[in-house]
Amino acid sequence: MSISVNINGEKRKLDAAPDTPLLWVLRDELGLTGTKYGCGAALCGACSVHLDGEVVRSCQIQAQDVEGRTVTTIEGADDKVAQAVKAAWNKLDVAQCGYCQSGQIMSAIGLLSQNAKPTNDDIDKAMDGNVCRCATYHRIRAAIHEAAKSV
Amino acid sequence: MTASSSLTDIFSMAPQAGAAAMPQPSRRSFLKLSGSGLILGLAAPIPDLGGAAQAAAWPAGLATDPFVRIGPDNIVTVIIKHLDKGQGAATGLATLVAEELDAGWTQIRTEFAPSDPIIYKNFAFGVQGVGGSTGLANSYEQYRRAGATARAMILAAAAKEWGVKPSEIAITNGVVSIKSGKTATLGALADAAAKGPVPSDVTLKTPDQFVYIGKKFPRVDSAAKTNGTAKFTIDQQMEGMLVCVIARPPKFGATVASFYATAAEKSPGVVAILQVPQGVAVLAKDTWSAIRGRQALKVSWDESKAEKRSTADLVSEYRALLDKPGAVARKDGDAEAALAKAAKIVTADFEFPYLAHAPMEPLDCVVRYDGSSAEIWTGSQLQTVDHGTACSVLGLKPEAVQLHTVWAGGSFGRRAIADAHFVAEACAVAKAYGKPVPIKVIWTREDDIKGGYYRPIYVHRVRAGLDKDGNVIAWHHRIVGQSIMAGTPFEAMSVKNGIDATSVEGANTLPYAIPNLTVELHTMKVGIPVLWWRSVGATHNAHATEHMIDLLAKEAGQDPVAFRLSLLKDKPRHAGVLKLAADKAGWNTAPPPGTTRGVALHESFRSYVAQIAEVTLKPGGEFKVTRVVSAIDCGVAVNPDVVHAQMEGGIGYGLGAALRGAITLKGGEVEQANFDTYEPLRMSDMPAIESYIVPSAEAPTGVGEPGTPVVLPAVANALFRATGQRTLQLPMNKQKYQSGPLKA
Ligand code: FES
Ligand code: FES
Repeated sequence: MSISVNINGEKRKLDAAPDTPLLWVLRDELGLTGTKYGCGAALCGACSVHLDGEVVRSCQIQAQDVEGRTVTTIEGADDKVAQAVKAAWNKLDVAQCGYCQSGQIMSAIGLLSQNAKPTNDDIDKAMDGNVCRCATYHRIRAAIHEAAKSV
Repeated sequence: MTASSSLTDIFSMAPQAGAAAMPQPSRRSFLKLSGSGLILGLAAPIPDLGGAAQAAAWPAGLATDPFVRIGPDNIVTVIIKHLDKGQGAATGLATLVAEELDAGWTQIRTEFAPSDPIIYKNFAFGVQGVGGSTGLANSYEQYRRAGATARAMILAAAAKEWGVKPSEIAITNGVVSIKSGKTATLGALADAAAKGPVPSDVTLKTPDQFVYIGKKFPRVDSAAKTNGTAKFTIDQQMEGMLVCVIARPPKFGATVASFYATAAEKSPGVVAILQVPQGVAVLAKDTWSAIRGRQALKVSWDESKAEKRSTADLVSEYRALLDKPGAVARKDGDAEAALAKAAKIVTADFEFPYLAHAPMEPLDCVVRYDGSSAEIWTGSQLQTVDHGTACSVLGLKPEAVQLHTVWAGGSFGRRAIADAHFVAEACAVAKAYGKPVPIKVIWTREDDIKGGYYRPIYVHRVRAGLDKDGNVIAWHHRIVGQSIMAGTPFEAMSVKNGIDATSVEGANTLPYAIPNLTVELHTMKVGIPVLWWRSVGATHNAHATEHMIDLLAKEAGQDPVAFRLSLLKDKPRHAGVLKLAADKAGWNTAPPPGTTRGVALHESFRSYVAQIAEVTLKPGGEFKVTRVVSAIDCGVAVNPDVVHAQMEGGIGYGLGAALRGAITLKGGEVEQANFDTYEPLRMSDMPAIESYIVPSAEAPTGVGEPGTPVVLPAVANALFRATGQRTLQLPMNKQKYQSGPLKA
């Protein structure tokens, strides 16, 4: 059985077993390694992608659940909000090790797509599920405000 | 020119290639011409600081690329000898070359160096590797010299071509020019430059000539880390690659007694189940299959030699030793006699838990082994140790093993391991499998949290005495804990007379003028592997000493900042950061309503950091750290923005551990498993941070670690001032903080 899904604007057929987490389908089957593994248990947000425009933890989504749906990963995120977020991340040199940042950026895009002018409290709520062990939170917060200026 | 062609060229042309007896093949500058650009390598004449014997055993000429490569495409590639795990090593080292070469920032690229313990050694260690916040400090002159030499050669080539004196030529932002208006790029002159002689000495810029050093400009890795293209070890994908997870024993020191593999072997995608010294390896065609395969595996463990004590057992054994004299790490005057005479004595016993590093990218390592050679890809922090370990596991000579360093998703010390255990096990798996396919061993988060190599448990007692005028006349500090260095190859370097320097650092260097001061250590033997954790000894010593100072200031009826300054009269750099932080935080002004400030100061890795934390109490005994003002004196700040980033991140890392970080054992088994039980700092915990740098012309010192240990006592001191409660047990969520009358 193969699963049809739209990934980053392309129609793809997946060979993975239906219960394979989307995270590993993206990484191992499709080579989209920008989406990261951090916990495998919805605790860190490193695996965040957009499913039909919503931020989800791809380690918690099974391959069979994406049939007929649209998935956007860090590699494919390029709408206006995504561009603003990536530019702000670059401008403020947010990344340290960078490992968490794909997930942070996908969550930030999700936040700004819903709420163009988030407060610090809004940011806390939207971003609390994304762990950064380098603790770049200070700059993530600043970069979200920065991106909000051009959204 | 491709990297590989230059590698081969250099290898075959290196004069001492294969001459294993030549201990220092690269003492003099060397330069190789491949017909398509300038490749420059230098070994700065900096003395060996140990490790030379080890280094000499390696064959010369194993290193391939030196430090700078200028291609005809006008790309300047800086070869980065240290792992970049987020601390900004690549940006920092590239800056040094760009500065002296006068390259344009956009033409700079970076590449991690191959493994070579001579050419790419860390001058602080004598072998290749980074840690102890030494990355930039040990490279400061070396990389500038590489840039300056390349610049001199470019100038010589331009002078010849244009018939002018080198002194008439300028290089600005990568453009070579003379007054007449003639210009050329670095790349256009690279080939000609490579044909000229390598200058034996070059003059480095003076600080007033710096274009890059001390200024803010972008990191070299931001773009790749923002668009998902940066490749970490876990992202390596190769033809035919297998992914492996390993079932490791639940108790440290246990070994495989037997295992039942049939169900796991039948699990979809599983390719092989192999016993290795570290446990039972499950190899599969992809990551999910490997993880699922391991779930189906049944292993019985021989726990006869395993560590079975619980945290509570260990702590009570440690605490019993607080009453007994230990090995003396520092003794000024007579602390006991002075305590006997003191008008007031303050005593505090502290307890610090095991801490996991939990880097965001769990450990991982890729090995491809074909029986006679091997290639390894990993975020290698101690390349020489990892490389050497791989050689001994695989039974290969160093030149048969290629180690590729790749970006690491954090380390905080976790990837710098004396026994290179994660490289060793990946090599053991490759050897056991015996087929020449790449194997990627990954650790799940549970493997990481339960995997040991923790910051050790420490228990402290500090007793200090004040005379009737409030002067500190005695300080007696006793520390009990496991040694990080004992039993490792670093033991000789760090353990002297029974004192592991990393156990007492920061305590035996207490900067305050106290006439009678003793520091003692008891070293415990426990079967839990331990390791340096961002800022090492300072993680506990900064808290015990700096919290104690506030307890004493209170007893003496003095302001904590003024009290410290009165004890730091001949410590200008300590006093300097303290004054700067106090000034910027508005220490002498009223804090925002509902907020209390606390201060702390600590020197580590030759940098000085003071921080002022603001906390607000919440109903129910919780609190929030709302703001941290930090001041550092780290000598020259090569890239101030990277220094600020390290302070911000260092504060967050320390605060996370302070608030909730603890690994605990029950019957020898780790009770935590993932980020729900080993809770990291999250966005909503993160205070606003203001970071300041003391202007300095001193040589650069560490910035990766010194920001981490200071926040803990700064927060504890704020809570002490707000509630009168001491913070003696970590993490802080072990107690509720309630405002009330101050009691000390
Ligand atoms: S890997 Fe999915 S939330 Fe951590
Ligand atoms: S940048 Fe390293 S974990 Fe976030």
